[in-house]
Amino acid sequence: MIPAKFDYKRASSVSEAISLLGEHGSEAKVVSGGHSLVPAMKLRMSRPEVLIDIKRIPGLDTITEEGDEIVIGANCTHSQVMRSEVVQNHLNIVYQAVSKIGDVQIRNRGTIGGSLAHADPSSDYPAVVLACDATIEVEGKEGKRSIPATEFFLGLFWTALAEEEIITAIRFPKVANGTYQKFFQSASRFAVVGVAAVQDGDGVKVGITGVAGTPYRATAVEDAYSGSADAAEHAVDGLEDLMSDHFADETYRAHLAKVMVKKALDAL
Amino acid sequence: METYIGQSVKRREDDRFLKGAGKYTDDIKLPGMTHSAFVRSPYAHAKILSIDTTQAKAAEGVVAIYTAEDGCGAYGVPCGWQVDFKNGETMREPQHPLLAKDKIKHVGEAVAIVIAETQELARDAAELVEVKYEGLPAVTCPKKAMEPGAPKVHDDWGDNASFDWCIGNDRAEVEAALEQAHHVTEMTYKNHRVAPNAIEPRSYIADYDVNGDKWTLYTSTQNPHLIRLLLCAFALGIPEHKVRVVSYDVGGGFGSKIYHYTEEALLTWVSKEIGRPVKWTSDRTEAFLTDAHGRDHIVHSKMGFDQDGKIVAHLTDEYCAMGAYLSTFAPAVPTYLHGTLFQGVYTTPLIHLNVVAPFTHTVAVDAYRGAGRPEATYLLERIISKAAKEMDMDPAELRFKNFIPPFDGVNEPGYQTQVALQYDSGNYEAVLKRGLEMLGYEDFRKEQAEARKNGKLLGVGISTYIEGCGIAPSAVVGALGARAGLYEVGHVRVQPTGKVSVFTGAHSHGQGHETVFAQFVADKLGIAMDDVDIVHGDTDQVAFGMGTYGSRSLSVGGSAIIKSIDKILEKGAKIAAHKLEAAEEDLDYAEGKWTVKGTDKSISFGDVSLTAYVPHDYPEGLEPGLDFSSFYDPTNFTYPFGAHIAVVEVDSDTGKVNLQRFVACDDVGNVMNPMIVDGQIHGGVVQGVGQALLEEVVYDGEGQMTTGSYMDYAMPRADDVPMIETDRTTTPCPHNPLGVKGAGEAGTIGSTPAVVNAVVDALSHLGVTDIQMPVTPQRVWRAMQN
Ligand SMILES: Cc1cc2nc3c(=O)[nH]c(=O)nc-3n(C[C@H](O)[C@H](O)[C@H](O)COP(=O)(O)OP(=O)(O)OC[C@H]3O[C@@H](n4cnc5c(N)ncnc54)[C@H](O)[C@@H]3O)c2cc1C
Repeated sequence: MIPAKFDYKRASSVSEAISLLGEHGSEAKVVSGGHSLVPAMKLRMSRPEVLIDIKRIPGLDTITEEGDEIVIGANCTHSQVMRSEVVQNHLNIVYQAVSKIGDVQIRNRGTIGGSLAHADPSSDYPAVVLACDATIEVEGKEGKRSIPATEFFLGLFWTALAEEEIITAIRFPKVANGTYQKFFQSASRFAVVGVAAVQDGDGVKVGITGVAGTPYRATAVEDAYSGSADAAEHAVDGLEDLMSDHFADETYRAHLAKVMVKKALDAL
Repeated sequence: METYIGQSVKRREDDRFLKGAGKYTDDIKLPGMTHSAFVRSPYAHAKILSIDTTQAKAAEGVVAIYTAEDGCGAYGVPCGWQVDFKNGETMREPQHPLLAKDKIKHVGEAVAIVIAETQELARDAAELVEVKYEGLPAVTCPKKAMEPGAPKVHDDWGDNASFDWCIGNDRAEVEAALEQAHHVTEMTYKNHRVAPNAIEPRSYIADYDVNGDKWTLYTSTQNPHLIRLLLCAFALGIPEHKVRVVSYDVGGGFGSKIYHYTEEALLTWVSKEIGRPVKWTSDRTEAFLTDAHGRDHIVHSKMGFDQDGKIVAHLTDEYCAMGAYLSTFAPAVPTYLHGTLFQGVYTTPLIHLNVVAPFTHTVAVDAYRGAGRPEATYLLERIISKAAKEMDMDPAELRFKNFIPPFDGVNEPGYQTQVALQYDSGNYEAVLKRGLEMLGYEDFRKEQAEARKNGKLLGVGISTYIEGCGIAPSAVVGALGARAGLYEVGHVRVQPTGKVSVFTGAHSHGQGHETVFAQFVADKLGIAMDDVDIVHGDTDQVAFGMGTYGSRSLSVGGSAIIKSIDKILEKGAKIAAHKLEAAEEDLDYAEGKWTVKGTDKSISFGDVSLTAYVPHDYPEGLEPGLDFSSFYDPTNFTYPFGAHIAVVEVDSDTGKVNLQRFVACDDVGNVMNPMIVDGQIHGGVVQGVGQALLEEVVYDGEGQMTTGSYMDYAMPRADDVPMIETDRTTTPCPHNPLGVKGAGEAGTIGSTPAVVNAVVDALSHLGVTDIQMPVTPQRVWRAMQN
């Protein structure tokens, strides 16, 4: 549980972080809360030579209401998000999800930006940003861009983020009616299945984490939603590979996905 | 007068623990200390083709690197218990080398040790050691290990069996009775492997000192004297009087720190080679891979009943994994700590158990909280509940029908079992009655029937256990194969000012000995608890000891202290009589003073103590001083028992089990400190619930452990358990001076089957008769589908 040797640099601005990333290339990794990266380093599964700490960059840890949108800075910790009244009132689905992440210590360190960039297939945030149609705001050498959540997750621990880009904020539309339902893995307490559902007019938007290597929008459920009482049965339609481990094999996981989608739809 | 005994005195040790001021091995930093890291095998079974340390030796900060070639500890670590084959063949006992030579036998086995200036540098250099392996097929299941053609763990013998043993009545007689039985209930299942998970990982510092040619080994052990004995007499062959073993605070053991581990011996050897102290602290994954595990039995059992529901016979065959090597007490666990409890609390007239104990390509299995008794209890309590269902009887009623009637062991004799032991005293009906009352059993059954109508799955599970603690006497355990005595040492040193230092061979690693022992010592001497100090965990201070495990500390260690207190009071009376110019017979001792009966003439304990050390006006011929040491070898085991009852609700959609209530009515004999006993029960119950619902060590087909971290190994957490409702009945132990039986393991022993019985009960109307532990949501859901 001792990481390999590494250098540590602290960035004081986004542009400094980006130029440090450029300087050190693939040897470097940014670190924010450190609660996904450092455990991997301790097991020596990840061995960056340089850590670029972005946690203290001013302006990345604010939560602001901008008209119909809420913008959460990448460095906002889970606890900070959980405590935010703006979030509780206008983005309650996010509140529900973050309050189910890890425990107090984890929530006090882990950040929304870190969680999304890490793209752990069992983490909670991805389902929520998908269901909310949030936008991931990133900045890199080439400047700023916004990536729709639906285009952000590409695979297991793999996102649309370019090598020298960092997430600066996540832009959510306000959500009047949303829910997050999580079936906890009993050891890690990550999600075996996590389902985020957002009422969208007469329709629904459903994001699912934990089931496939890549979190996804359950479009089959969304399509079946209006009128069909058993929309949840479509939770894993079209999926090729389901994740499998000793807590949940593919069959049970598929079953759980349906159960949790049903719960979510019922909760709306 | 009893001021402290029976009171929930707060634990003295908690002050330092809560402030982070405890003194654990890893907290110790010696001048010039080096650090070490192990190169461990990623294979479960492999030939070592070559080891190249050239690059690693050249790395920054490296002091030395050793492999098996360097001749460390030629004898390996020994096993402390011999269980022979039933046909007379001697137990097969492989050498357990300190570093693997030629062949690897489990994942995590150490191949080399790297010593460096810092822990970081040691780890970095360890990665540079190049080992070439040739992987071989592995076997991890104890039953498969006995199949023809199974990969062999040790080439020395024809098959993987370490021994094949049986206990109880003649097998043919038991089989015949089962043939005749009105009803036979049968079960086949796995009592799966679990990891002990002490919060403090194992940690050792060895310090060789050329001055006096002495070694000090700081170790997080439950058992300092035994470690010294095994280290000196077997592993390294070094003189025992030159070795000091110290274990101050130890952060939990649950059995896993009883044993003498290879790393302890290796570090001790290394420290002399390099002439500097050397430290190793396990990390969590190393702990999963190298600490001895618990359980791992494959069980096939039949229990026969007559038409009234009386048990007529019980026959069981088990395959119990030993792991790759025999850990210190491993052979005793599935045999003398297991088969001897097959009587349970029932009058079963015919019992036979056969145990085949194979080597497997896994880390060793040894005593884990309860050690053999949880496995016995699980079997008895599951099969009886299953039988009740099959015979359409209430599980409580079936138990009441079969209980051994109450006996106190004084006026009524102890109960002779069919499996070697004689129970000391017991009242099994009383605990179950009280347990059912605490639960409100009748009402619950009504609630359950109602709930079922609404599709709610509620279940209740009962377990009425007995266990054996403080195993003894030494001559008997010797006859059963123990290679050590199981007595204890209690040394009471009264200082000239009347303050008392007690040296005990028992070892506290969470039990609260510093408090409980001081409570009864203070009461027996009639002095204040503040005037009593308990010293343990240092072989230079404590004469000898057998350590703490098997809930033995108070019943055996406490009794040894009482023996010394008796000697002190006897000698003190002589001094007091002299000072008071009275006859000894005319003195009473109470509240810390000797008084001449019927007068107000008295002398205090403090004055007598001072006189003993300043013997000017002193009885003729009496030695000065007030200092006695005693060895206590009990005449029998003690037998705590109890009734545990669990209530669960199963989520019909997901299969998740919600433990709603847990009632524990235990009888641990007399209770010195109710708060500490409750704490032991709470912790034990949670560990038992952990095995029932959550915990499992999984090895895959190649012998890789897939549960080597808390991401995959599920420990019970506070929100997994309800508030545990405890109560007690009190049936004193008739054969030790405090009348105590032991409470350290009861919780773990009783709870596991209660929980699984409850889950099966909740699903019984769906035709579910058994679910493999741990009863995870997935397994429960599957059971509901079939
Ligand atoms: C015991 C434990 C339990 C947990 N339980 C849960 C749980 O139940 N649910 C859950 O969802 N998560 C859980 N987590 C993960 C936790 O939420 C992490 O904090 C989070 O996933 C990562 O955030 P971080 O700020 O710590 O990221 P870091 O560890 O600092 O970084 C993670 C990765 O993201 C990159 N990164 C960080 N910030 C940025 C950025 N702004 N832009 C680009 N890249 C960035 C880093 O380079 C790194 O590759 C748990 C973690 C632990 C240790």
